[in-house]
Amino acid sequence: MYRSHVLVCGGTGCTSSGSAKIIETLQAEIKKNGLKDEVAVVQTGCHGLCALGPIIVVYPEATFYTLIKPEDIPEIVSEHLVKGRVVERLVYKEETKDKGTISLNDTDFYKKQHRIALRNCGVINPENIDEYIATGGYEALGKVLTEYTPEQVIQIVMDSGLRGRGGGGFSTGLKWKLARANEADQKYVCCNADEGDPGAFMDRSILEGDPHVVLEAMAIAGYAIGANQGYIYVRAEYPIAVERLKIAIAQAREYGLLGKNIFNTGFDFDIDLRLGAGAFVCGEETALMTSIEGNRGEPRPRPPFPAQKGLYQKPTLLNNVETYANIPQIILNGPEWFASMGTEKSKGTKVFALGGKVRNTGLVEIPMGTTLREVIEDIGGGIPNGKKFKAAQTGGPSGGCIPVEHYDVPIDYDNLIQIGSMMGSGGLIVMDEDNCMVDIAKFFLGFTVDESCGKCTPCRIGTKRLYELLDKITNGQGTMEDLDKLEELCYYIKENALCGLGQTAPNPVLSTLNYFKDEYKAHVLERRCPAGVCKALLSYVIDPVLCKGCTMCSRVCPNGAISGKVKEAHVIDQSKCIKCGACMEKCKFGAISKK
Amino acid sequence: MKSLEELKAIREKMQGQIGLRSESSEKTRVVVGMATCGIASGARPVLNALSDAVQSKGLSNVQVTMTGCIGLCQYEPIVEVFEPGKDKVTYVKMTPEKALEVVDQHLIRGQVVSKYTIAEVLG
Repeated sequence: MYRSHVLVCGGTGCTSSGSAKIIETLQAEIKKNGLKDEVAVVQTGCHGLCALGPIIVVYPEATFYTLIKPEDIPEIVSEHLVKGRVVERLVYKEETKDKGTISLNDTDFYKKQHRIALRNCGVINPENIDEYIATGGYEALGKVLTEYTPEQVIQIVMDSGLRGRGGGGFSTGLKWKLARANEADQKYVCCNADEGDPGAFMDRSILEGDPHVVLEAMAIAGYAIGANQGYIYVRAEYPIAVERLKIAIAQAREYGLLGKNIFNTGFDFDIDLRLGAGAFVCGEETALMTSIEGNRGEPRPRPPFPAQKGLYQKPTLLNNVETYANIPQIILNGPEWFASMGTEKSKGTKVFALGGKVRNTGLVEIPMGTTLREVIEDIGGGIPNGKKFKAAQTGGPSGGCIPVEHYDVPIDYDNLIQIGSMMGSGGLIVMDEDNCMVDIAKFFLGFTVDESCGKCTPCRIGTKRLYELLDKITNGQGTMEDLDKLEELCYYIKENALCGLGQTAPNPVLSTLNYFKDEYKAHVLERRCPAGVCKALLSYVIDPVLCKGCTMCSRVCPNGAISGKVKEAHVIDQSKCIKCGACMEKCKFGAISKK
Repeated sequence: MKSLEELKAIREKMQGQIGLRSESSEKTRVVVGMATCGIASGARPVLNALSDAVQSKGLSNVQVTMTGCIGLCQYEPIVEVFEPGKDKVTYVKMTPEKALEVVDQHLIRGQVVSKYTIAEVLG
């Protein structure tokens, strides 16, 4: 028995900021202080506050230490673990407050969250099946196998109102029902862990922090639809997730929670991993299954839908990682519990990957119907450097931008669609006044051009042409006809592309055109980028009155574009300037501005 | 895993340990003074005895934690018990054996072990 548990985040974020070294140092120090039998070091999954990693939580006090370096460890051990004195200087403090907050759940970041899918992330050791069982793990599977018929399970999922968390928002219960309805000698349950939206990483965090929940839910789904084989299609770029899944599957097999005759009920179910090579299109359901079959990852026309002819032409159920992560809790707490959270048509919670111009970047899980303002201002801690909120991008390359006039719209599937964006997998990128919306649209189109598989023409050629038009506009060569052409092409691609990738690819353009038409017009008519991002349209100038002639700018200029004598006003040669902005950063007198 | 009972057994075995990681204001807090004075007079075995007993008996509503110097160094090791809505109880000159008595009598049965409290010892 240990009197204290020291939890160290071992998610990808904290691992890359050096948590492995922290664990090593911690263990050495604990040993040195003779606490080896009193204090346990536990590697967990993601806590969500990735910007502040490496993160350590010391229980039972739940002291939340952030930005920990190996040098800090001896102090934590000798002060906190030996003497019970919290090391105040390392404790997480809310930037918006003066006084330090000590307990994890009291922080603004966590207070407004409601964790269902992420409930075990950062709490248990994902490589130890016993810890998952201790939090009620595999009880839902036991309950389902011994108490419910498959039809009852499907009814529970239907009643909960759970909708697919991967993007589309299709009713999960209905999906299960359709997969059950098709008779076949073999059916499959698949898990879509091919998370590809730039900036979204909730699926990775669940797999890394709580892999067993996905296995348990897939087994439940297998029982419900009548399948005995599952596949998890996971990106090879998620090495930690892959490793922990392998460990989890081996442990579950050893305990007989996967394999033959589970809980002595005669139900067989097993799961294997399939690694994806990282193509974005493989997150699309038909392309994903084509890839599992060993073929090039390209979508195929629907119908037939996967529930009729999916993997190897057999009825297949495919859900996303986060969707599965909700299932065991729905079974244990009942569908009414789940349906009591959220809005009328979107029940439960959603995990968002909060990024961009916001103080607390990381993973947050909120009840559906929370407003964008609450997510960004309260949980996210607001926008840094006193800048103003301009827009939030949701749904990644398939989604759109939400402008400030919709800051108070409750976030759910239908509201987001109505205001021209979509839930998507849950990426949420915050943008301030320094972001150019045309440039953002161009960025996402650049992504889709790269990731278009090339099977259908509207997507392969259409997105390329869209990109070229945007490039022309950001270079200051666009015309008003180009704007019309841009919009027309968007609708053409939406209607004619084969799969979800192409059909949604124009969304970033359409939503920015809708809400930020003025910005497009400024690029075209005035040859000006209001946010000062598009390099071709801006020039750096030195105010001769403010310039003191300190020569700092001319020394830092990488291209020798600035000339002037000491103590005299300097001048930028616009033909040489490469618009890197280095001079503006260095100027102590605020004499350099961009126009 | 052939039965739900087996699953339940693992769950119960592990729950006391995981319970250490839950946060709740409803919990009874048992605080051991672990400053230099406390450690020198043997607070650590007391802390470990309390922590082990609470976990092995599955007292999920009790949190055993530590603090710095309480200020009565000559009466260390000191253990304070904070129960929600009740007055604080301070035990002084504790040993692991006395601590186990406190767990059985006070934390489980709700009866303060008066003979070890500061009021009794100071007379």
